[in-house]
Amino acid sequence: MPVFWLILSVLGLGGAGYVAGRQRALASAGGDSRNLHSLPSYYGSNLFIKTVVPAFVLLIIWLLVQPFIIENRVIGLIPTGEIAEGSNINLVMAEVRRTAEGLDNIVALGLMDADEARNVRADISDVTQRLKEAGQVVTSAITQPILLAAQEYRTSSAAGSLYMTIAVFVLAIAGMLFGMKETHRDFRARNIVEASVKILLIAAASIAILTTVGIILSLIFNTVEFFRLYPASQFFFNPTWLPSFGGGLDHDGNPLSKLGILPLLWGTLYISLIALVVAVPIGLFAAIYLSEYATSQVRSIAKPLLEILAGIPTIVYGLFALLTVGPMLISIFGDGSLGWMKAGTAVMTAGLVMGIMLIPFVSSLSDDIINAVPQAMRDGSYGLGATKSETIKQVVIPAALPGIVGAILLAASRAIGETMIVVLGAGAAAKLSLNPFEAMTTVTAKIVSQLTGDADFASPEALVAFALGMSLFVMTLGLNVFALYIVRKYREQYD
Amino acid sequence: MTDASVNSSEPRRKVSLTETDERTKRRNAAEARFRMYGIAAIAAGLVFLVVLLTTILSNGTGAFQQTFITTEVYLDPSKLDKKGQRNIDDIKKVSTFGYAPLVQNALLKEVTDAGIETPLTKRKHMKALISASAAAQVRDFVIANPDRIGDTVEFRILASSRVDGYLKGRVFRESVARDKNIDAEHLDLVDALVPLGVVNKEFNLDFILGADASESRAEQAGLGVAMLGSFFMMLVVLGLSLPIGVATSIYLEEFAPQNRFTDLIEVNISNLAAVPSIVFGILGLAVFIQFAHLPQSAPLVGGLVLTLMTLPTIIISTRAALKAVPPSIRDAALGVGASKMQAVFHHVLPLAMPGVLTGTIIGLAQALGETAPLLLIGMVGYIATNFPEGLASGFLDPNSAMPAQIYEWAKRADPAYYERAWGGIIILLVFLLTMNIIAIILRRRFERRW
Repeated sequence: MPVFWLILSVLGLGGAGYVAGRQRALASAGGDSRNLHSLPSYYGSNLFIKTVVPAFVLLIIWLLVQPFIIENRVIGLIPTGEIAEGSNINLVMAEVRRTAEGLDNIVALGLMDADEARNVRADISDVTQRLKEAGQVVTSAITQPILLAAQEYRTSSAAGSLYMTIAVFVLAIAGMLFGMKETHRDFRARNIVEASVKILLIAAASIAILTTVGIILSLIFNTVEFFRLYPASQFFFNPTWLPSFGGGLDHDGNPLSKLGILPLLWGTLYISLIALVVAVPIGLFAAIYLSEYATSQVRSIAKPLLEILAGIPTIVYGLFALLTVGPMLISIFGDGSLGWMKAGTAVMTAGLVMGIMLIPFVSSLSDDIINAVPQAMRDGSYGLGATKSETIKQVVIPAALPGIVGAILLAASRAIGETMIVVLGAGAAAKLSLNPFEAMTTVTAKIVSQLTGDADFASPEALVAFALGMSLFVMTLGLNVFALYIVRKYREQYD
Repeated sequence: MTDASVNSSEPRRKVSLTETDERTKRRNAAEARFRMYGIAAIAAGLVFLVVLLTTILSNGTGAFQQTFITTEVYLDPSKLDKKGQRNIDDIKKVSTFGYAPLVQNALLKEVTDAGIETPLTKRKHMKALISASAAAQVRDFVIANPDRIGDTVEFRILASSRVDGYLKGRVFRESVARDKNIDAEHLDLVDALVPLGVVNKEFNLDFILGADASESRAEQAGLGVAMLGSFFMMLVVLGLSLPIGVATSIYLEEFAPQNRFTDLIEVNISNLAAVPSIVFGILGLAVFIQFAHLPQSAPLVGGLVLTLMTLPTIIISTRAALKAVPPSIRDAALGVGASKMQAVFHHVLPLAMPGVLTGTIIGLAQALGETAPLLLIGMVGYIATNFPEGLASGFLDPNSAMPAQIYEWAKRADPAYYERAWGGIIILLVFLLTMNIIAIILRRRFERRW
């Protein structure tokens, strides 16, 4: 039985359990629900939980474990001679799975009856041919052991899912009977149901932890794999980024690809720096004006308008950089006039556009922080005869400084992790150069290009993306933790 | 102030308070300057916004119009059905290559009938004006109506993207000089055909609802399939992130004890909110595709990744909404004998619902515009031409998403695609705007101040 229908029928059983539980509880109380410990629906829910939950837990465990067991059995069937030079057991297993799938499909299409698919032995070429004719993807000609393994794979999978169906049903019914037995007017159904709901809530809350663990594990495993294939010292200290197309080693046994992170880090930091040079003054002055000078009317219009900039998706900024800002900068700094700029994609293009994107980020964070400075400090300053701007410059800003620094650090972490603007606006060449009108590239842009390219997934050229992602994750996390630390420390001063 | 202490050592000059002295003037000027900086900063921000929006509108509106050629095509029986038996299988054997000459002949006939003076007198010359999709369009019609073979039928076919660009002011006579697809004579011919009504520019619904097209057929490309991809992704995000987000928030706000585990959850949520989106893409690639073997490019995987990204947003807003419900509501519920769980689910949560929904919509809007993680799970790089056939296929078959489709168009070499990319952005922004307006209305109408 397909898993989908299995799930549906177990749920149906659970629904039946709900009705049965309710009625049984009411019957035990002589039809008067006031004699029950809990509301009737809790007895129903209790039965539903008892029916469905153990069955589903078993189902999930079975689905996770079964492939491993079957695979181990099938691997035993493949003689070591079958594994070709340069290949490995995983590739052969993939072939077995494909063949098994092909046999499944060919039976489903009605081109071969089930018995035949289970027992075809003699004519290998005929099977391959028929699989191909039925439009099934089979790479090389199927050999005898692979066909045998595939048939074994099919039969064990079929048997496995049959046993699974039976086991899940038996457990569901057993759970239901157990629940029925305990359903009685004095049974504390509500406590059980509420405890289960609480477990569900805790499980949901744990997803945040699981996500972090997932991120860290997927980064670490692949990064370690990368460092097995490529020396870490080269990655961190080699000043060139030049992945070779096919990968491979030179005659000294060193990888042909030069995968140094330094030029990418430089590009990232340079672009972020330009973005901050644009965003910090504008954002900060906007925040000061909005919180100290603007009337509430101006504020209520200007603040949401500025925040629209933060709600615009980054792909829009990327396109804006590529198609509008780049050509505009070319017309100012390009060959026609100053001759500094060769192409529209450059550090300057990406930096400027990213700066625009960060303005509302800096301004709304600084706005909050400036507003948190107590009014008494301003009043004290005015009382001494200071003008408004003197008060801001010499009292408010110094008092808010740690918070503002925190805001800038958060903006910097945003800039470092930004992807679409640099993918479209910054160019693809990894360079260590000081000229802001030259194309450079960043860590994020290279993660995209290494993982969306044609490189084999197990090659250092693709795996380097995980090492880059790890560096990015560590950098942004460090900046965020540091920024939050500063902000929090500052906030405690006035509370 | 340091100035004051310096001055105090000197004998005080006698000045009237009504007369501003040098130093006061300087201070006032500094004040005015400082204020100006603030105004300039706000103005700069607003100017950027206006420039951005006008750029989008001026570049993108063209995509909603398309140049069409209206012409009467003679469905020649000797070409389309050589056996003359109107057997559908025979008709299907004629490929689009068999239809292209018919369409070209039809246009040539229009040109000669109108008596337009042009050096382009051969059938082959018409090819540059007509989209490559026209032959397929006529073929589909014939296969659907085999009895019309032999008739002359009026078709509204797409003009080629160069002609479209010429009418929209994107292609000029100077720029076609090096273009091997079209010549200046073709443009003269288009100029002559426009007043006749053969070539005209109309609203193009296919851009909004249609499928993507191959690199050489910019005139045919539409956003419809990608829109469906985004829709299915948003279904996944809504279906997962709303219950998980609400459950997490309820636990943290109402039940969680003060301990290490709770702290760990809180720290993780605030960190996830700050993780760059590309890292979520890496997670999706490694966990969902490589480890769990979910299908690549599927909206299901995209939705899962975006769910993880959206969760912190929803959790933060839901917690704020739960916090805003006054404790007296809980106390009253507990006072009449409700359990804690009942108090939360029957009283607190319904009262917090407007805030929860507002946060959810804003989270969804964020997820709808996100591109970077989708690049890594393979939602770009192929042509989304097939509409999903049903629910399962909508979730599991490879598809694109709106922002990913825009990125794909921006990368293609033909400038005609840039117009499509801007047009796609208009559609995307309309969606985001609608969602945000709904969120604001929800907040205005249903949010209670206690």
